[in-house]
Amino acid sequence: MRFTPYLFIAPFFLLFVITGLFPLLYTGYVSLFSWGLVDDAPSFVGLANYAELLGDERLGTAAVNTLSIFLLTTGPQLVVAVVLAALLDAAPRGATGWRVAVLAPTAMSAVAVGVVFANLFGPRYGLVNELLVALGLDTVDWQANRLASHVAIAVMVNWRWTGYNALVVLAAMRAIPPSLHEAATVDGAGRLRRFWHVTLPMLRPTLLFVVVTSTIGGLQVFTEPKLLDAQTGSANGGASGQFQTVTLYLYQSAFETQRLGYASAVAWVLLVAVGCLAWVNYRLTRRMAGTGR
Amino acid sequence: MRAWVYGLLVAFVAGSLFPFYWGFLIGSRAEVSAAAFTPGGHFLDNVRRVFDTVPFWRALGNSVVVAGTVTVSTVVFASLAGFAFARVRFPGRDWLFTFVVATMAVPTQLGVIPLYLAMAELGWAGGPQAVIVPNLVTALGVFWMRQYTVSAVPAELVDAARVDGCSLPRVYWHVCLPAVRPALASLGMFTFMASWNDFLWPLVVLDADHPTVQLALERLQSGHYVDYPLVLAGATLATVPVLVVFAVLGRRSVDGVALG
Repeated sequence: MRFTPYLFIAPFFLLFVITGLFPLLYTGYVSLFSWGLVDDAPSFVGLANYAELLGDERLGTAAVNTLSIFLLTTGPQLVVAVVLAALLDAAPRGATGWRVAVLAPTAMSAVAVGVVFANLFGPRYGLVNELLVALGLDTVDWQANRLASHVAIAVMVNWRWTGYNALVVLAAMRAIPPSLHEAATVDGAGRLRRFWHVTLPMLRPTLLFVVVTSTIGGLQVFTEPKLLDAQTGSANGGASGQFQTVTLYLYQSAFETQRLGYASAVAWVLLVAVGCLAWVNYRLTRRMAGTGR
Repeated sequence: MRAWVYGLLVAFVAGSLFPFYWGFLIGSRAEVSAAAFTPGGHFLDNVRRVFDTVPFWRALGNSVVVAGTVTVSTVVFASLAGFAFARVRFPGRDWLFTFVVATMAVPTQLGVIPLYLAMAELGWAGGPQAVIVPNLVTALGVFWMRQYTVSAVPAELVDAARVDGCSLPRVYWHVCLPAVRPALASLGMFTFMASWNDFLWPLVVLDADHPTVQLALERLQSGHYVDYPLVLAGATLATVPVLVVFAVLGRRSVDGVALG
């Protein structure tokens, strides 16, 4: 009887620790070995994988690409999500319909998004380039040009997740006590001032949640760059790795180059980076929100 | 004031839905040509070619089995743990729940290498069980169900049932479960969607004979020349099952986001 509550939570904890946490920690152990994909006797190499990683230009490129894509996703997504939430909040008619439509992109898989947008951003018959031409501008090679490829990947990620984040923000907006807005209105604050001084500060924890989750997702972008590659099926991230992300490089090192130890070192570094960035984000957003009013 | 709000919303919704339409549009053409915005008449031909090119039926079957099993198990185990965390007092509860919250954001995806080694060791690599077993529970699911149980199951009701001699499993079955049904539905939908759409781990561990829908779709795109009508007809096919679930649960899913 006294142990019944533990039986309720045991399945979760057992499965989560065995299949989730343990592999993550064991990655650190594997990273200390020279370990092939099919390897009966991996040899211990200490921190050699980490030493090699410091001088790996390919990884440096991948890290810069990942950061660039991360900046192009997290910031714009947050701003647009807040604007979209405010619009949804102001339009009560057909509320559910609007929200279902805004959430729909989440239902498309990253692979489907990847192939549809690879077509939209196609160098020859792509719709985006045709629009650019129609506007009298030059076409852009969305695969070969490094920054342009990051923009294309960021558009895919943002298209898929902004609506979801907008609904998270909207729920928080709806939870703000109306008395706060009424008090501000009595004090003579207009719609915009109330949004800035009442709504935004009250949204602080939610915006933090959105930023942290999109940071964690943004640093692990994999599917979109994998599918954007013109040389399809490869994990190179473009001819010169111009849009290879760290996760893509991890996949390539482990399952194509078949160096599990080295790939584990990459994974472990990425894990630490995700943790640090999530923490920095948390501090920054809290400071900004705290002094913003 | 109102007019521009609706104007902007219409623009957002158009942007949200356009890629779905574009996928179908190109998927209904005989060939990719300059921009035109009306569908051609070749969608069914392209669908037939999808089934000829990759084992799409098998992929659909695998995806249904994998996503279905993962969804049922996640929802069941999350509702059990969520109930205990929300409405039962036991030593270590707060500490254990903090652990759940702290691990919610941990990117378990980065553990693919040891997971692959383990699956190879067990002889599971290649088949669907390798995708199912590591995804049977999520910390987010437990958190989700705990929050909803707190809001939907009154503590007094649970206490009263306990005083009347009702055992915990019976309280869970007769008091908790009926009250948290909406959260079960929305958690189920998001879990199904995430599992159906998962790519990295299936790509690593499944062999060519056991593809999921996403792997079949990726295989359509691989090659020197990308046949976009073929690939986008496949993308449309891969998206339809999720869209159906999504549309059926429309309101539930929208409310579900608010919980997460």
